[in-house]
Amino acid sequence: MLIAKVIGTTVSTIKDEKLTGRKLLILRQTDETGTPSGKPYVAVDTVDAGIGDLVLTAHGSSGRMTDLTQNRPVDAVIMAVIDHLEVGGKVVYRKT
Amino acid sequence: MLIARVVGTAISTIKDPKIKGNKLLILKQTDQLGNEIGQSFVAVDLVDAGEGELVLTGHGSSARQTFLTKDCPVDAVVMAVIDHLEVDGEVVFRKE
Repeated sequence: MLIAKVIGTTVSTIKDEKLTGRKLLILRQTDETGTPSGKPYVAVDTVDAGIGDLVLTAHGSSGRMTDLTQNRPVDAVIMAVIDHLEVGGKVVYRKT
Repeated sequence: MLIARVVGTAISTIKDPKIKGNKLLILKQTDQLGNEIGQSFVAVDLVDAGEGELVLTGHGSSARQTFLTKDCPVDAVVMAVIDHLEVDGEVVFRKE
């Protein structure tokens, strides 16, 4: 799984019918402290994440293992909202 | 599998019901000597690994081949703690 920050939303009308009603968020991978790094990507939201939240995303076939994404054309899913990150015994990120 | 070092923990309350109760570790891939390289990622801990330890991680659908992660939206697991690494006949890392 990757740690990522929610930076936006993708809205699409013409899409595979199996994706209807699914929220597609734009994310950027972050390092272990929550600082964005790397390219943006899109994942289906299953946990009602908000803009600015740090989340965990599962990729590949694991992205289809939630009730909302089972047997759907999805290769990335947000499966957790991060409360806090601890590195070296210190809290380096806390959800506000 | 990848060799990785445990650098921290990710704590989450809002998450997919299938991954409730699993410990989520923040890891950084290392080279064959145990030096950190690349970006951090998160994996489900199956072996009670501790911070600072070198571990082996399984990725993709292979990460769902354990009892704890079967059919879960999980794409990385920590499945072994490394005791020592031998390269070219020399021990290059030994667990403290």
